Amino acid sequence: MTTKVETVLGQSETMVLNMGPQHPSTHGVLRVLLELDGETVITARPDLGYLHTGIEKTCEAKTYSQAITLTDRVDYLAPLSNNLCYCLAVEKLLGIEAPPRAQYIRVLLTELTRIASHLVWLGTHAIDMGAMSVFLYCFREREEIMKVFEMVSGQRMMTSYFRIGGLSVEPPPGWLDRVARILEVFPARLAEYEDLLTENRIWKARLIGVGVLTADDAIALGASGPVLRGSGVAYDIRKAFPYSRYDEFDFNICTQTAGDCYARYLVRIAEMKESVKIVRQAMQKVPPSGPIQADAPGIVPPQREKMKTEMEALIYHFKIFTEGFAPPPGEVYQCIESPRGELGYYVCSDGSAKPWRVKMRAPSFVNLQALPSMCAGRLLADVVACIGTIDIVLGEIDR
Amino acid sequence: MTEGQTPENHPTVQALAGRNPHWVVQSWLHRGELTVVTPREHLRAAAEWLCGDAELRFAFLSDLSAVDRYPAEPRFEVNYHLLSLQRNERLRLKVRLPGSHPALPTVTPVWPTANWHEREAFDLLGIRFEGHPDLRRILMPENWEGHPLRKDYPVEGYR
Repeated sequence: MTTKVETVLGQSETMVLNMGPQHPSTHGVLRVLLELDGETVITARPDLGYLHTGIEKTCEAKTYSQAITLTDRVDYLAPLSNNLCYCLAVEKLLGIEAPPRAQYIRVLLTELTRIASHLVWLGTHAIDMGAMSVFLYCFREREEIMKVFEMVSGQRMMTSYFRIGGLSVEPPPGWLDRVARILEVFPARLAEYEDLLTENRIWKARLIGVGVLTADDAIALGASGPVLRGSGVAYDIRKAFPYSRYDEFDFNICTQTAGDCYARYLVRIAEMKESVKIVRQAMQKVPPSGPIQADAPGIVPPQREKMKTEMEALIYHFKIFTEGFAPPPGEVYQCIESPRGELGYYVCSDGSAKPWRVKMRAPSFVNLQALPSMCAGRLLADVVACIGTIDIVLGEIDR
Repeated sequence: MTEGQTPENHPTVQALAGRNPHWVVQSWLHRGELTVVTPREHLRAAAEWLCGDAELRFAFLSDLSAVDRYPAEPRFEVNYHLLSLQRNERLRLKVRLPGSHPALPTVTPVWPTANWHEREAFDLLGIRFEGHPDLRRILMPENWEGHPLRKDYPVEGYR
């Protein structure tokens, strides 16, 4: 149903409505220019850059190790995924590998990150759709995961826990018990959210058939992650290009074929269940003791104890923190499956101690390009549902 | 990708060079990643073929990243990180551009996702994509002077 706004002359006109950058359902500072015909959206034009802080430029002025702290701030809902991707990229450039124990801990923590990030998504999306209580429940669960991050790294959000060659510090005793306690209650809690939403009439009315993206369009637009899998493409980097020993884990790729907002919701719910499976397996696999950093002197900072007895350790420590280390000239592109999709780091080295170029392939930046085609011809209220299920984080869109 | 493989006998490079020998100027394997350098005037044709070929099907453009090699010449590099879902294979297509007038044809008609990537490269590095439907700044304000990711642009900005 289209209703045209009629002018005095009897000609129809469209209206341009400015949504954002200060709007609660744009999840940050996204501005969308909507051309409306009555309440029907004709075109939607996202306008970005309100949160641009020049992270890529800043990386070029930092040493490889210093740049890790910047990667936390790219996607602030999944800092560990960004830490991991950047560290893997630099490790690939250097030709070193983290020891198995560190790799399993990395998998465990990034899967917890995925759950935490999807919980924020579910809560905020539910609030956009008018379901307040789910938001409060989701943040209760997320808080428990944040406590694990605080326990291992000392920080809830800006963790910088993964370092080039391994982890920053040994995780404290008892941290796995805490993870086990989360896993004990989480599946039942997730079932509660599903009871509240999955068969909820309002929820279904707001999401089913809204923001449809076909598989071909999703590939052409470069969509990845739950957006791509919601359109029926079974592509997951953890399976396609396994990193950090993901090939040893048993999990499924969650897909839906409808390509609408409801499909993307179902994919994320299923992914949380798969993440629980992966965390359980990782808990079994993590050896109780063993090195957490690669044996790479000059790259990995030496242990405190060794510095007191060994001259070389002291020299390496001094050199790492004053001038850094210089990977051989070259370029790598490392991608991982972040909660939002394909997160890629293109790192280019010129043989000096600072990266020549760091390019972040932010999944939400690319996924947001699908918004105009999702919204075209739909009602104004559906724009909120579409933005919500793309799951954008403005920090990584604007960088 | 198997160990000890040279870029010359890599099936993708062979297919590209077999289609048109001018498309492959240089190719190398580094850390298991295949890079093929293509001249600017052949980019569009090579892109269309890579995307549409039934064997290769590099239909997914993962990323487009541009690099400023200042003061070296050719100064700019544009890297297209392609993915073939069918073959589960990645390829970096590299185009080198001079510093004086960095411009190359757009690949937006081939991979629609290139639209914002190209706008970003234009905004931050000042590379022009000829034939782009909407080449405006994307991250910086419209009235911004200069291109911040160029190496001759100071980290603190112009004061």
